[in-house]
Amino acid sequence: MSRPTPLRDVHEALGATLTDFAGWLMPLRYGSESTEHNAVRQAAGLFDLSHMGEIFVTGPQAGEALDYALVGYISALEPGRARYTMIVDPAGGVLDDLIVYRLADDEFMVVANASNYPRVAAELAERATAFDAVVEDRSEQYALIAVQGPRSRAILGELTDADLGGLKYYAGLPATVAGRDALVARTGYTGEDGFELFIAAGDAEPLWAALTEAGEPYGLRPAGLSARDTLRLEAGMPLYGNELSADLTPFDAGLGRVVRFDKPGDFVGRAALEPLKDVPPARRLVGLVTTGRRVPRHGYPVVVAGDGAVAGVVTSGAPSASLGKPIAMAYVDSGLSDGLAVDIRGNHEPVDIVELPFYRRKK
Amino acid sequence: MSSIPEDLQYTKEHEWVAGVDDGLTLTVGITAYAADALGDVVYVQVPEVGSAVGAGDAVGEVESTKSVSDLFAPVGGEVVEVNQAVVDDPSLVNSDSYGEGWLFRIRLEGDADDLLSAEEYTALTSGES
Repeated sequence: MSRPTPLRDVHEALGATLTDFAGWLMPLRYGSESTEHNAVRQAAGLFDLSHMGEIFVTGPQAGEALDYALVGYISALEPGRARYTMIVDPAGGVLDDLIVYRLADDEFMVVANASNYPRVAAELAERATAFDAVVEDRSEQYALIAVQGPRSRAILGELTDADLGGLKYYAGLPATVAGRDALVARTGYTGEDGFELFIAAGDAEPLWAALTEAGEPYGLRPAGLSARDTLRLEAGMPLYGNELSADLTPFDAGLGRVVRFDKPGDFVGRAALEPLKDVPPARRLVGLVTTGRRVPRHGYPVVVAGDGAVAGVVTSGAPSASLGKPIAMAYVDSGLSDGLAVDIRGNHEPVDIVELPFYRRKK
Repeated sequence: MSSIPEDLQYTKEHEWVAGVDDGLTLTVGITAYAADALGDVVYVQVPEVGSAVGAGDAVGEVESTKSVSDLFAPVGGEVVEVNQAVVDDPSLVNSDSYGEGWLFRIRLEGDADDLLSAEEYTALTSGES
């Protein structure tokens, strides 16, 4: 039985197609997912992300505890700033990718993926035992609503006096939105400018309604997981379970820059990861574009055109509304750069390797 | 829930079939229920004109943003026409499933006894939703 979010009634009233995602009953789309995708690129989209986990780490040594528990240099974060990071196992395998917000000198919020946060909370609690820090999973108390797209700042500006223009990318501040307390963060997963509002679960419905009303003149549309997936794929952003897994290290995923060997002290995974930092991985994560109309999907083999030798695997693929053709991310044997195809249900469709991301917004 | 036309027949694979009662050439498409479940259709592969197909054969594909499904021949026979308009603009499957979004025509060989009535298909889809 899937868990509903605090916005379930709203989604049903909007006629959403609901789907199970990581044990949660989530809106897949409200109408046409392509329309939702394009609304986020051209105007704004409203997302329910209440399935994400919010884990708080507080206390005098909260920063040091997170330095030990995660691969990032968390204690170096200024209050009000956020950082993309990962938690790995002792062998260096990625357990989850995370965003950590420093809310105060001694208070951090770790945002983890829906499928992983119970494990992340347990790992953090265990890794923090030697530190003067408390780990508390407050996911049940929080809802998360995102407003994403070029008009998101104007829409949110209708409802808050917070200095949104002064809020940097990857920063967050406490504010009042439509009269309710929220942590307003300039983060997102769409490749657009946008904001994420961490709010009390009980405030989710009234805030969704206020945002819907304020956004109406700006073309704001509710957007589901389907659009979220195609938007993040165009933006070249990894999805846990697709591009990231416990079988891969951050270096395998081309994200070695998030591992901070320069921070003081030991951290979980350091011994395993340090020897890998200058070793080219056997496979690298690349972008693929096809010339046909059939879509390379998660799990399809990448092959050498001609002899059909398997040279990799597709991790995510979808038709790109912004590019007008199918795109995919794939792990491909290092050294190969052309002459590749994807085995799409028995047919070898030629593909070109391209730089990620597929889509970059105009500043 | 989209309405299910009374004058068509259906398969368990969510295809509709027209013309069973009045001729040998049957028109095939996918139902609005299936189109809704798939989401935005982005690619349609139809069978080749002139190909001989058996009832239940996989003869093509319908691909949406999120998934891909096989297209099946609802009856046995010869494919005599395909809808090039829907190949060129697959969104017709979503916008007009029972009209402009038809997929192919087949000249029936044998019988078409295994098809579902509108009433039976309604019961099938209400059980799934």
